[in-house]
Amino acid sequence: MTTHAHAAEHTHPNYVKIWAILVLLLCVSVAGPMFGHKLVTLITAFGIAVVKAYLVAKNFMHINLEKRFIPYIVLTMLVFMLLFFAGVAPDVMKKEGRQWEKPSWKTSAAASAAPAHEGEHH
Amino acid sequence: MSARPIATTRSSAGLPTGKLAVWWVIVSEIVIFGGLLASYIMYRLAHDAFSEQAAHTNMWIGAFNTLVLLSSSLTAVLAHQAAEAGDGRKAARLIWFTIGGAFTFLIVKSFEWTSEIQHGFTITSSTFWSFYYTAAGLHALHVLAGAIIMMFVASAAAKNLELHRVELIGVYWHFVDVVWIFLFPLLYIAK
Repeated sequence: MTTHAHAAEHTHPNYVKIWAILVLLLCVSVAGPMFGHKLVTLITAFGIAVVKAYLVAKNFMHINLEKRFIPYIVLTMLVFMLLFFAGVAPDVMKKEGRQWEKPSWKTSAAASAAPAHEGEHH
Repeated sequence: MSARPIATTRSSAGLPTGKLAVWWVIVSEIVIFGGLLASYIMYRLAHDAFSEQAAHTNMWIGAFNTLVLLSSSLTAVLAHQAAEAGDGRKAARLIWFTIGGAFTFLIVKSFEWTSEIQHGFTITSSTFWSFYYTAAGLHALHVLAGAIIMMFVASAAAKNLELHRVELIGVYWHFVDVVWIFLFPLLYIAK
């Protein structure tokens, strides 16, 4: 079966309507930080990014109409990214572990903490 | 008998080889961009200084470029729809609109980068700016590559040739759009 014939089997959604929804979501993500609340910003920025990516993948890339192994390999790669994050994050984000430490981080942390103790920082 | 590229004639794993190749590229790209973005998130969470530096990026420019890419994705999928209907000329015209979106994005980006560099924010200024220029630069290279490929696809489609390629380049283009959808909040909103 050719790509052309394969794709012709499905009916096309209203693409302009989906684009309008995407633009509306973009407006919400831009407006999010204006509320000045960190949690609202996180939800409107990253929560909406996930929704937008889903809409594009489903309606524009037609990933749901592909052979089942296509979404599976995409999901596998995303799981690999989570594994990468989980494996590397402790080394990147922590100042010290059981047998290692980052002296420069400790120095900079102490330097930034010192003025706070003196009441110079709020 | 005229020779045709094997990707258009052979079906592998139940779908045309050309389409399989595009998806293969995309899942490889997920690892490339995913690794970069995951690293950025780790540093962003560990260093408060990132938010201070991110405050210098212009959210409105990022939002405008997001609108441009979303709109170019719309014309790309409409080109796919036209190609399916056998209307190569319409598909070609819509692809040229997509190419216009790609170059609009790149022109805006070049002005943005010029302004940032003039203000002293270069790739060596700090870890944030290293990530910023690497991630946005790699993405911009993908935009440029997509625009160049679309020129070839559009010129063939205008003659009603190789219309299946309209869908293939469209899938790639939407992926480029998805990458930007995640870069935008990371680099421009989370301050």
